[in-house]
Amino acid sequence: MTRGQINRLKDQAFAYFGIFCTLIGLVILAFFIGNIFYDGMTRIDWDFLTNLPSRKAEKAGILTAWAGSIWIVIFTFLIVVPLGVAAGIYLEEYGKKSKIAELLEVNISNLAGVPSVIYGLLGLEIFGRLFGMGNSILAGSATLALLVLPIVIVATREALKAVPPSIRAASFGLGATKWQTIWYQVLPASFGGILTGVILAISRAVGETAPLIVIGALAYVPFTPSSPMDEFTVLPIQIFNWISRPQHEFSINAAAAIIVLLLITFVMNGIAVYFRNKWQKKINW
Amino acid sequence: MKKEKIIEGLLKFSALVTILTTVGILYVLLSESISFFSEVSIWEFITDKEWTPLFVNKHFGIMPLVMGTLLTTFIAVAVALPIGITIAIYLSEYAPKKFKKIVKPLLEILAAVPTVVYGFFALMVVTPFLQSFIPGMSGFNSLSAGIVMGIMIIPYVSSLSEDALSAVPKSLRNASYGMGATRLQTAFKVMVPAASSGIIVSVILAFSRAIGETMIVAIAAGQQPRLTANPLVPVETITAYIVQVSLGDVAHGTLEYKTIFAAGITLFIFTFILNNISFYIRKKFKEQYD
Repeated sequence: MTRGQINRLKDQAFAYFGIFCTLIGLVILAFFIGNIFYDGMTRIDWDFLTNLPSRKAEKAGILTAWAGSIWIVIFTFLIVVPLGVAAGIYLEEYGKKSKIAELLEVNISNLAGVPSVIYGLLGLEIFGRLFGMGNSILAGSATLALLVLPIVIVATREALKAVPPSIRAASFGLGATKWQTIWYQVLPASFGGILTGVILAISRAVGETAPLIVIGALAYVPFTPSSPMDEFTVLPIQIFNWISRPQHEFSINAAAAIIVLLLITFVMNGIAVYFRNKWQKKINW
Repeated sequence: MKKEKIIEGLLKFSALVTILTTVGILYVLLSESISFFSEVSIWEFITDKEWTPLFVNKHFGIMPLVMGTLLTTFIAVAVALPIGITIAIYLSEYAPKKFKKIVKPLLEILAAVPTVVYGFFALMVVTPFLQSFIPGMSGFNSLSAGIVMGIMIIPYVSSLSEDALSAVPKSLRNASYGMGATRLQTAFKVMVPAASSGIIVSVILAFSRAIGETMIVAIAAGQQPRLTANPLVPVETITAYIVQVSLGDVAHGTLEYKTIFAAGITLFIFTFILNNISFYIRKKFKEQYD
């Protein structure tokens, strides 16, 4: 074999290795999920979704867990969307090139790298103790909102950046003020991008476990919350609790609850990808 | 124009919430840690080889937790680094555009799966599988937690590295092809060196992500602080310790309560340094080709 042939052979070999590496992670994940479905699917029925937690595995359900997750999602959404979108607008449309904008930018990229468990410590001391919210839904939501805030801010900025300056110039030319331009022209045009970021942020919040454990969310809550000041549990904490028990029946329960959690996560991510593609196609400036 | 000013003020306040968050994190970590270090010397914290704050015979040496964290992190990066970079090279130099368009969002799924689910995989699937041919492997260990964490952070490495490779000007690649180089030679001798700063950033971020990961290690790596490099025995990471204490009934104001903040600030320092190195590299090498 000549040097050239050897090189071409190596090239070909790497191509196959590349495909192998690309698929290996996905294949393993697919195997994991298949395994979970095999274990957990038999356990999922109406009773499992509507039963309260129980010390007996076969009687235990996830009602309080998913009810708590829904409460958490709603309040996280209510806090993070106005805050994140407003911060994104300020950075992109107002604060550009100022000293403070530079500081904010470095700060936000740093916050995005802070481990989630540290946000838990923040929530425990500030929301839980200083603001007296204890281990309530509100304290949990506020903690998660700060955790996913960078995601919403970055998505908002990207979406606003994609709106061409000519739109703004045209609006100013007709005598609109800066805020009128943003509210009536720029925001509606960037709605799709912002929505995608918000959905991804909420999907991240649904799966978070550690910060909520740190602020004191409980694994065993025998009632569904009826106000934002109530104690709560969420799906991931219920799953963690069941995994931690030695009996095999509880790990079946965990598998069943994981199916529900994965379904929520994948549907939300799917919707986000759908919106991203749809809005990218629709807007042709 | 009063309304305009008020709105701008509100927007600015929202942006400043991010600064308040950072201030809040620093305040919480520092105030409780300072109180902790008034009772336990920093010297003991760094040099003691045991971490037993919850036992009668208390030791406050952070090293076992740091070691557990580094052990799981290095295993994870050892898995994610070769696979992630190979994927990045394959997608940017070999794969057809269509394949790339389908695979990239699919890979992102790996990072979107909740970590508690990965913890379940590590404990219930990977550990029993490894035990079948590694005799003496404990039910809780850093190896399977590390491997599963590595699978999770593959997209962090592959996606950022791929972006870096794509940002290299086409002319470099074409020049290499023009000299008769194969795709493999072009990838490793031209593209990877040209994109090295971006690739390094992706690896640093993967490290940072693995150090801060909590649920996988809390579930699968165990809760026994131990100064060891043996991947087959139970260990405890900094994050897992914080979770362990939070699950129990530790009263506010006690020394045990303060330990989670001392552990937290150690964790924060690690990730803060890594994040800022990556930020610095990104800033410094950004306009190399413009």
